[in-house]
Amino acid sequence: MTVKELAKQFEYEILCVPDPDREVEGGYTGDLLSWVMGRLESGNAWVTIMSNINVIAVAALADPACIILSEQVTPDEGVLERAEVQGINLLRTSKSSFDVCAELASIS
Amino acid sequence: MTEHVNFHFEIDGENFTSAGEASVRIKKNLREMGFSPEIIRRVSVAMYEGEINMVIHANGGTADVDIYCDRIEIVLSDRGPGISNIELAMQEGYSTAPENVRSLGFGAGMGLPNMKRYTDDMKIESKVGEGTTISMTVWV
Repeated sequence: MTVKELAKQFEYEILCVPDPDREVEGGYTGDLLSWVMGRLESGNAWVTIMSNINVIAVAALADPACIILSEQVTPDEGVLERAEVQGINLLRTSKSSFDVCAELASIS
Repeated sequence: MTEHVNFHFEIDGENFTSAGEASVRIKKNLREMGFSPEIIRRVSVAMYEGEINMVIHANGGTADVDIYCDRIEIVLSDRGPGISNIELAMQEGYSTAPENVRSLGFGAGMGLPNMKRYTDDMKIESKVGEGTTISMTVWV
């Protein structure tokens, strides 16, 4: 399933999707960036409530298919612009991280 | 590649906004040079952790990346407070990061362990009050 299809199926808000046709392969959730950095795999959907700009740096290095900001968190200033420049897909939802992971598991 | 290529970066201390820029730059360079995604991931993650450590603990420092055909060497140097107990600092979950840093999602105590996990060789030289130099090698 692509990022664009994922957002449509589960009604995730699209904040920034420079690569809508990227395939999603599994998921990971976590908010401690170093922990995530060591375990997030290329192609994963990464579910997090962290909304600062370092999230984009972690994604730029670990290469997830997309970031899903859960719990309706608001990205800090400059996050969307950095995501666009780095080619990082960024989605958002009011659902909890648990519920998003359940949805990701249902399509894996 | 017949000769080695060096990239030098100055890491800006206490600037979490630009932290990671050097790692992202190296990732792009390695990709353009045709290294495998696994090698690129290992080098860039290890380097990112080092960058973050220098921002959190040492008010910045320098990063030198030397790329050879058979290995990539990363040397991170700072003039920060030094590490008093390296064995303790290497334990997963041990962190001396302040609360404001933890609120950004750092300080999980995974920085040094991640650097060791993702590289083939890692050497820490540190003197309290003088600074720390970490040398890492990833064999291609």
